[in-house]
Amino acid sequence: MAFLDDLLRQGRRVNEHRPWPRAMVDAAVWRAVVVGLAEQRLTLLGLWGEPQRVHLAVLEEPTPEEPAGLAVVSLDCPDGRFPSVAGRHAPAQRLERTLHDLFGLVPEGAADMRPWLDHGRWGCAAPLGAAAPATSEAAAYRFLPTEGESLHQIAVGPVHAGIIEPGHFRFTANGETVVRLEARLGYLHKGIEGLMAGAELAGAARLAGRTSGDSTVAYALAFARAAEAALGCEAPPRAHWLRALMAELERLANHLGDIGAICNDAAFALMLAHCGALRERVLRTAEACFGHRLLRDVVVPGGVAADLDQAGRDAVQALLANIRERFPALVELYDNTASLLDRTVSTGILKPELARRFGAGGYVGRASGRGFDARRALAYPPYGNLDFEVPLREDGDVNARVWIRIHEVEQSLSLIQQILARLPQGATRSDLPVAAGEGLALVEGFRGDVLCWLRLDDAGRVARCHLRDPSWFQWPLLEAAIEGNIVADFPLCNKSFNCSYSGVDL
Amino acid sequence: MRNLLFRNLFRRPLTEPAPAPDEAGVAELAARVDAAARRRLGRSLSIREVDAGSCNGCELEIHALNNPYYDLERFGIRFVASPRHADVLLVTGPVTKNMAEALRRTYDATPAPKWVVAAGDCARDGGCFAGSYAVLGGVSAVVPVDLHIPGCPPSPTRLLEGLLALLDHVDGKAARQ
Repeated sequence: MAFLDDLLRQGRRVNEHRPWPRAMVDAAVWRAVVVGLAEQRLTLLGLWGEPQRVHLAVLEEPTPEEPAGLAVVSLDCPDGRFPSVAGRHAPAQRLERTLHDLFGLVPEGAADMRPWLDHGRWGCAAPLGAAAPATSEAAAYRFLPTEGESLHQIAVGPVHAGIIEPGHFRFTANGETVVRLEARLGYLHKGIEGLMAGAELAGAARLAGRTSGDSTVAYALAFARAAEAALGCEAPPRAHWLRALMAELERLANHLGDIGAICNDAAFALMLAHCGALRERVLRTAEACFGHRLLRDVVVPGGVAADLDQAGRDAVQALLANIRERFPALVELYDNTASLLDRTVSTGILKPELARRFGAGGYVGRASGRGFDARRALAYPPYGNLDFEVPLREDGDVNARVWIRIHEVEQSLSLIQQILARLPQGATRSDLPVAAGEGLALVEGFRGDVLCWLRLDDAGRVARCHLRDPSWFQWPLLEAAIEGNIVADFPLCNKSFNCSYSGVDL
Repeated sequence: MRNLLFRNLFRRPLTEPAPAPDEAGVAELAARVDAAARRRLGRSLSIREVDAGSCNGCELEIHALNNPYYDLERFGIRFVASPRHADVLLVTGPVTKNMAEALRRTYDATPAPKWVVAAGDCARDGGCFAGSYAVLGGVSAVVPVDLHIPGCPPSPTRLLEGLLALLDHVDGKAARQ
């Protein structure tokens, strides 16, 4: 991480930040980091604010010779202005607009200053910054203009036809072909980061686990690891292994559900029925083992809140046997149904170049040539001791995203088997000290890497917490992938991305 | 595909079996929903789901009602794509300020007689999101609520229980009118 090290040396290291470095930098170094992002020497991991400060988390991608490098650079902006990141590096666009909405800080040189989360309905502006009263009523949102002959617009949402989260999609189409899609999200903004400030650790952990309901383990794990890093302590070994077991169960449940749902969006309901049954088995096993179908509030700072007994072990073993018996036939069915493949192959292609530029994680990135997986790149425990492969493809269409999920199901089954075989004995939770500190964590959820940055005050309460969903860098790519496809294929493309709404609306 | 379909012909269905006398589980409950639904609504109850700010956890469990284990449609209860087709709005989440208008408009678009079921702990009073600058509160802060189903999220079994309670309520409300 030579490039990153050079930049950090020009700043002032913040000692209480763990485990990766954070440095206070001046505007010149900030700009150099932004140039590093624009030139793709660095990948954007996060951009968030405080009332008079902005933070930028970046990754120097791992190479065969060098491990991954992570760092946070921070810039004080007492005048409320900072050099725009999005002006040079488009993936920061919505994060920067959010930062402006929540803190009122102004990015200088930004290309797009439209509000993002702020729909003009909170009754105040910059609620986490100077919190001024709102200046105006909710104004109509200006969608990006499209020009050309015979174009028409289709407005969808925020309330959709299915049982899904709310969001607005504005299609501009020429006949059936989508010329441009622009998403407008933010409907689910609950003010999680505002509620976090001042919260006790336990309450904040519950909030983190409710940021995106299908990734509750991943979020709780990211928060717990950030808290443990901030306090300079570790969860007991058995807790690490149980956390991984839960994370893989969550991945399994979501991938199985997604594979079925994607096929269902191509009107192949048989697959949904079969995959839905397997998913239900996973959820019932999770409940039998840890007391909650979605494993909510089981991963806590310091360890885990429930242990696995012999009955739980047997239940997981039975689950593995069941999926191993049934799943291969479903994979074969997918692979041999020409009418289904006709819909998924070459639909919604995401180019590898875009996936790399946006640092897309999860199956979206891995179906388009970006193989980053936090479990592999950072090898947080116990993944350093487990054998698994990170599947990778280059074709980037709906079919590729289905196959990545299929391979990840197979990998998760193998991981769970290994965890059961090697689960260490001992305590499942350690006591946490009450102290101040800063921690950063990056963990692999089923969608991709979830980032949590945390600062604790002297009383051990949360002073500031930022959670960054993988979908921040996937939603914009969906807009690119749909271009040139027909409107009727949007549900298929959308489901193959399965981005989180709640996770990015916060 | 033929093989898979053929094998399934001989496999027992996953759908929970008919009520067993000693089992107060899904099956028995399902049978009660069935009887009440048929009596009141002629074997047809249409639900429009509205996420007014949830974390998506409730949606996952509502989805599960359609899987082969619960198979909600066997009772004639189904989820519809438009509020204009709905008898019931099933609303989840604390109502965010950004979603309040959409929820109100969805309610207005639903023809009477209509019922609102609030699902999940957040839907009662905002849950752990109560007090935020961006949250109005529970579902009743925006539209009148007939029934609340607790849980974070409510399990599919709980949701079925709730729908049963709703159908009883529907009878009562209809008798008063």
